[in-house]
Amino acid sequence: MKTFKLGGVHPEENKLSAGAAIEILPLPEKVFIPVSQSLGAPSKLIVEKGAVVKTGQLIAKGEAFISANVHSSVSGKVSRIEEVTDTSGYRRTAVVIDVEGDEWDEQIDCSKEVKAEITHSREEIVRKISEMGVVGLGGATFPSHVKLMVPEGKKAENLLINGVECEPYLTSDHRLMLERSREMLIGIQILMKGLDVKKAYIGIEKNKPDAIDHLEKLVAEYPGIEVVPLKVKYPQGGEKQLIKAITGREVPSGKLPIEVGCVVNNVGTALAVYEAVQKNKPLVERVVTVTGKSLEKPSNLLVRIGTPVSKLIEFAGGLPADTGKVINGGPMMGKALTSLEVPVVKGTSGLLIMPEKESRRMPVVNCIRCARCISVCPMGLEPVLLAQLSENQMFETAEKERILDCIECGSCHFTCPAGRPLLDYLRLGKNKVGIIIRNRGKK
Amino acid sequence: MDNTLLFAVISLSAIGVISAIILYFVAQKFRVIEDPRIDIVAELLPGANCGGCGLAGCRAFAEEVVRTEDLSKLNCPVSSSEAMKQIAAAMGLEAAEKDPLIAVVRCNGSRANAPQKVIYDSAGSCAFAHSLSSGESGCPNGCLGYGDCVVSCKFDAIYIDAVTGLPVVSDEHCVACGACVTACPRSIIELRSKGKKDRRIYVSCVNTEKGGPAKKNCSVACIGCGKCVKECPYEAITLVNNLAYIDYNKCRLCRKCEPVCPTGAILETNFPPRKEKPAEPASVADTAEA
Repeated sequence: MKTFKLGGVHPEENKLSAGAAIEILPLPEKVFIPVSQSLGAPSKLIVEKGAVVKTGQLIAKGEAFISANVHSSVSGKVSRIEEVTDTSGYRRTAVVIDVEGDEWDEQIDCSKEVKAEITHSREEIVRKISEMGVVGLGGATFPSHVKLMVPEGKKAENLLINGVECEPYLTSDHRLMLERSREMLIGIQILMKGLDVKKAYIGIEKNKPDAIDHLEKLVAEYPGIEVVPLKVKYPQGGEKQLIKAITGREVPSGKLPIEVGCVVNNVGTALAVYEAVQKNKPLVERVVTVTGKSLEKPSNLLVRIGTPVSKLIEFAGGLPADTGKVINGGPMMGKALTSLEVPVVKGTSGLLIMPEKESRRMPVVNCIRCARCISVCPMGLEPVLLAQLSENQMFETAEKERILDCIECGSCHFTCPAGRPLLDYLRLGKNKVGIIIRNRGKK
Repeated sequence: MDNTLLFAVISLSAIGVISAIILYFVAQKFRVIEDPRIDIVAELLPGANCGGCGLAGCRAFAEEVVRTEDLSKLNCPVSSSEAMKQIAAAMGLEAAEKDPLIAVVRCNGSRANAPQKVIYDSAGSCAFAHSLSSGESGCPNGCLGYGDCVVSCKFDAIYIDAVTGLPVVSDEHCVACGACVTACPRSIIELRSKGKKDRRIYVSCVNTEKGGPAKKNCSVACIGCGKCVKECPYEAITLVNNLAYIDYNKCRLCRKCEPVCPTGAILETNFPPRKEKPAEPASVADTAEA
């Protein structure tokens, strides 16, 4: 069975909500829509306080090349434009909308009917995806239309669809592949047309046999799409790891996947692309896994962007008494939230509620030079060295040691028997090296 | 006498003489002439290599002094003005008068004033904690208390108070090299005038949020009400981004601003208790009412 070669770990899977069908979360009374939800330049706000908006109406425009539009996820009145705490724990500008009914913009096709025929040209597809504010839903929130604009002199050969979902606990992509498979496959066809490629591969880890079987039956009707079962190994959902696993190609250090003729998109993104192009529907809702060992009802919820996290937890049975951390994302790469009033954004793939006894970190002791972090690093780096360099502020050496290649998967920290916060220092180092490089460009 | 021995002695001596001649000429050719004044200046410097002057170390500073022969832009913050005068005298120059500075921690968000709301459970580094979240109290500008400043200080002049969780600068040891100023990811520490008898008045807050959110996280936050700005007779206080700032060059230490601050964000150090004889003769009339 295919997989990537270098490093990797196998944490406990804990896919508690794998059997829970996607449920629609009732509309909240208020939504808080952060103005900037994607990677790249901040979007520019275009609504004012007091404005009446419909679901799907544009409220912030992405003007730079790498930035994305933001749409209202509900209908109602803009009651305030204020700073709210977002997933980072900092306060950022957000549009607060009081929900009144659920009136969708006229342009949007709200019918359930699956529209299979792709009538749009390549340019139209890219324009639509950009207009509808579609971003990578795997978590990185990179604007999707930018991925479709292949740079001059490069040629995309393969489209890889990431259905790996290697993070423990998370199941939103798994459920999408089972429940919205036809729409997703059409989305993949649209992406193929947008990129002008003939071949698309859906990579799925073999711990989701039902999804593999289901899609393998369906792909016969969709020429060019192939399902590739993969061995269960973290971090297979990483872009570079997935390319290596499926095509055997290796993305050179510091380069993008297009260098080896590949473009990677998440299954959730494929569905959002379908909705954007075929149904004119902007990215206003997404599937979020709400899970945790002591949670009453681990679920997969279809949630409007901007819904406070507390509403999701309430729906899933309320916050358990022994909660230690509420994590935005999975246990490997996610980040603990500082408040439950944080809104769901485009990049929120899951909420993990961890019991107190599991959530605390191990006590940190001295490094015993076992080199386990080096053997599990999927990028072939030396996490122990990089963390030390970063701790001692030797950022220039860290740059030479390729700290920027780190994908922040956390395998090193996961495997460290001394409990050293390797990933923390790597992230700090990446930040600092990034700043150094940007300043260098200015001179 | 053994011929072999004689031969060895003679040949070795010959090699020695020839090498000496070669070395002599090479030394002549490649001699580096160093200004003797560099050594003199370097002798007078503290030799801590702290980098507070902005140069690589004390030697680099000495070289720069000799090279530019202009002391107006060069200043060793660690040396006393006495030592700087000596350096100037050695160079035959005038030393620039400098106001002695000291590092001031502009945050009073102690555990009591800014209660902990969440628990931080990651690497103990302010720089990292800053990139991760707004901190345990929720204040996005407040002191995180993981001691990046303590690590950066080469003079043992700063430590974290175990009770308040805030850094404390020792008046005695701080040389105002500015290492902690650069180390602090939230720009809380500032170099301010040391003041006569170590008396200083400053706004102990750098939070730029509006009053409401700032006060929610910390009871002694500056809420940007502007009362102190109106009260100041010397226009030393400015209000930018909901935050008051006292310009230490303009401040005459009249102590009028401190009592009007509704949150107690303005701090005074080393002043005698109020009501007693005021400190500054110039402001006797002003402080009498207060």
